[in-house]
Amino acid sequence: MKQKFDINRFKDNMFKYFGLACTLFGLAVLSIFLINILIEGLGRLNWQFFSSLPSRMPEKSGILICLLGSIWIMVLTAIIAVPLGVASGIFLEEYGKKNKIASFIEINISNLAGVPSIIYGLLALEIFVRILGLGKSLLAGSLTLSLLILPIIIVSTREAIKAVPKSIREASYALGGTKWQTIRFQVLPAASGGLLTGVILAISRAVGESAPLIVIGALLYITTIPTSPMDDFAVMPIQIFNWLSRPQKGFIENATAAIIVLLLITFIMNGLAIYLRNRWQKKIKW
Amino acid sequence: MKKTTLLSLFSISVALLATSCGGNKSEKKAEETNGAAQEQKLAGAVNIDGSSTVYPITEAVAEEFRKVQADIKVTAGLSGTGGGFKKFGRGETDINDASRPIKKAEDSLAKANNVSYVDLMIAYDGLAVVVNPKNEWCKDITVAELKKMWEPAAQGKIKKWNQIRASWPNEEIHLFGAGVESGTYDYFTEAIVGKSHSSRGDYTASEDDNVLVQGISSDKNALGFFGLAYFEENKDKLKLVGVDDEKDENGKGPMTPSIESVKNKTYAPLARPLFIYVNSAAGKRKEVQAFVDFYMDNTGALTKQVGYIPLSDEETAKEKSKWADFVKSVSAQ
Repeated sequence: MKQKFDINRFKDNMFKYFGLACTLFGLAVLSIFLINILIEGLGRLNWQFFSSLPSRMPEKSGILICLLGSIWIMVLTAIIAVPLGVASGIFLEEYGKKNKIASFIEINISNLAGVPSIIYGLLALEIFVRILGLGKSLLAGSLTLSLLILPIIIVSTREAIKAVPKSIREASYALGGTKWQTIRFQVLPAASGGLLTGVILAISRAVGESAPLIVIGALLYITTIPTSPMDDFAVMPIQIFNWLSRPQKGFIENATAAIIVLLLITFIMNGLAIYLRNRWQKKIKW
Repeated sequence: MKKTTLLSLFSISVALLATSCGGNKSEKKAEETNGAAQEQKLAGAVNIDGSSTVYPITEAVAEEFRKVQADIKVTAGLSGTGGGFKKFGRGETDINDASRPIKKAEDSLAKANNVSYVDLMIAYDGLAVVVNPKNEWCKDITVAELKKMWEPAAQGKIKKWNQIRASWPNEEIHLFGAGVESGTYDYFTEAIVGKSHSSRGDYTASEDDNVLVQGISSDKNALGFFGLAYFEENKDKLKLVGVDDEKDENGKGPMTPSIESVKNKTYAPLARPLFIYVNSAAGKRKEVQAFVDFYMDNTGALTKQVGYIPLSDEETAKEKSKWADFVKSVSAQ
């Protein structure tokens, strides 16, 4: 009896150290990447880099157009995908009946989340660029990326809503609240944390995508600043990809600097999510 | 709540837009006064897509062109030669950058959509065969030997240097080369193995030539190939191998790639021409004509700066007159 207890205890400890080792491994790899990138690229970050057009000379080229393109894409994609995704998530979770059609839709949405992004690019090239005649505009690009991240937003919305305790809904109904009032004033605020995390992760993924945008014909060399959703555009990941593959050393440095900027955008987004989550959660008093 | 987030994001981007727009305008003005002495000012757009190999040349030309014709909006994408031709064949782009001639299927797509075009040679790209600087035995290699080590039949069999040439040491050979999705791979296999897109599979492949440079520079038994520009930038870490095609009309003995040997075609068969394809309907437009004129006039000097090899003077003259004839014929229609 005593022996068995010891073995179990040993296993317990082993798993603890195994988990610790896995965590440290991930952190170590991440910090090596980050330090490497910071050392190589930090020196390149100056006003000239942010305010210049593409150039054949690495020291003269900059990310003005593609940075603005990426910001446009991020905002437009959020405007399109977040309401659609969150609303579909709410419908499927709260209103949808649990029948065969519902489970069919459910399986398909989960599958869509795993489709390679370039496939969305091919679909978008036909539908948005050619049939709808949007051209290779910011709007076409954002619609493409919205398709790509919709499944992620829907799935994470549903998970967040599922995590809200049933007692809260029942309390709301007991006080005479309608379904919409329950969702609006109880379920959504309570689910906001998970909901926001999902949305931010999805948008961060959209900002880092290049393959589907290359397929729909996003540009690399462009000298005009995008001022409307119908304008042509370039984005950061395509520029980074191109710089990394060029022979001249200076371009590699440019690429690492651009990676730092892209990382910063993602960090700011994540920070924003954490800030909003904390603010919302303070307001919830049960 | 969500509204305020989006609003604040928007206001950030609008603020960025405002500052950057301001900067850009003053720049434009300065350039306009610079170019005031130039011929007539044109406006419009030139829409380019295609090969990422040719992209650096197009980028360089567009960058210089902007100093002369600031109001012509030149844009370039990089869908690759094939992806670009699919758009070009539907008349969606004015110019396609190409690292190989147009294929039959692409040409029939263009015909089906009533797209006619002219192909203009603009530069050469040389492929360098390189080894590690510590490798003292391999100074030159024949095309037949290259084929012996790269052909599909070599897979799993040719593993030692002395299997290629008896005087080379009994050491393992490690091969590095372009990934199978790249145009560079197609072109190397076509020239060496004799059949495009066919080689052994057990070599270290990367679409990023800088990765290949890294690999070869840290492995004494390595041999690999990539664009000449990557060798030029990493001369201290690599050693160039002379290539002998055993045909005396292309220069006797092994040749190393250089501006001279590529230009006079003695570095065969590892030098390929690069092209731009211009759509006929676009060729009627003044702004496209101005851009291609500028391209043909300046490609020689700019090509060298971005690491490729310019055409010889006669070839440049020939391509220019081909372009001039083309403009005449489409304008007459």
